[in-house]
Amino acid sequence: MDALSPLAVHAAMATGFLLILLGFYGVLTQRNILRMVVAFTLSTTGVNLVIIAIGYTLRRTAPILDEAVPLAEASARIIDPLPQALVLTAIVIGLGITALMLAYVYKIYQVRRTLDIGKLSELKW
Amino acid sequence: MIKRLLALLLIGGLGGVFLLLWLDFTPPTELNEVARYYAEQSAPDLGTVNITTAIIVTYRGLDTLGEVTVLFLSAAVVGMVLVRGRRRTAATAEGLVSGGELLASGSRLLVPLILLLGVYIFVNGHLTPGGGFQGGAILASAVLLMLLADPTRRFSHRLITLVESSTGLSYVLLGVVGIVLAGGFLDTRILPLGEFGTLFSAGAIPLIYSLIGLKVGAEFASMLANLSETEAL
Repeated sequence: MDALSPLAVHAAMATGFLLILLGFYGVLTQRNILRMVVAFTLSTTGVNLVIIAIGYTLRRTAPILDEAVPLAEASARIIDPLPQALVLTAIVIGLGITALMLAYVYKIYQVRRTLDIGKLSELKW
Repeated sequence: MIKRLLALLLIGGLGGVFLLLWLDFTPPTELNEVARYYAEQSAPDLGTVNITTAIIVTYRGLDTLGEVTVLFLSAAVVGMVLVRGRRRTAATAEGLVSGGELLASGSRLLVPLILLLGVYIFVNGHLTPGGGFQGGAILASAVLLMLLADPTRRFSHRLITLVESSTGLSYVLLGVVGIVLAGGFLDTRILPLGEFGTLFSAGAIPLIYSLIGLKVGAEFASMLANLSETEAL
């Protein structure tokens, strides 16, 4: 188990990076706006995963004090609480952004009757 | 085809950057200085069991206020963008499939329990893993369940707005009280720290996190209500 822990951190981080890349690739290549929104949320998830993986310290536990983690030993027993706080913020903001994007997609469809990004060429140059 | 190739090139470059970062990364074995400060000082300073909560509500309280503001803005813009599509007429409501007997009965049983769980999670935010944002999302999931069971159900926008604005205002007012009675804006030591590890402890943190929970719940509920009230295209 102990030998695997560093691998687990690297695996989580690699998964996060792959999700980011996958999401960006989707945003760049998909023609359907709804699919672009889905791809965007994929890369948001990837970013969160990478930040959480950076904050993880091997063989330590969650930053909550209890009988297992008394205050005196806290700094030797817990992982970095800051990335967790950041990701909590990022998840909530991500949800707000996703709702906003979906509302815009609805509006675009309502006005233009299409979800194909190629047909929305006003801002093309 | 050339576009896809360009996209692949871009992704390849970004992937290369990520690969370098990934190969160079060694998991830390010690906490850095900031994290050690939080680990050692948050319990004596603020009386919280959950250190992440101490960071979110107090140490970086201003960030959280900003976060709640961003959430409010996005909920407001969703409402604004969809406002013309609102007021589904009875004719379009006909086409909606109702959730069915199972979902309707199940939601009557589950909604109070889900609301209770949400309140439990944000009230205990300083003691257990959880807090205002998680609890608020759970509150909103009860609203979602009600909408799934009966898509024609309407929620009082006035009530949602009232909860949203009153909790937001009290949050800011509590922050201002911190300037007067304690160390600065959003300082939670305006109430006694109490006994470590009990429900009524950690100063104003449970109060602020409950306000955040209600606000986030109302925010998400208003987004869901707005989305469900738009007419089918």
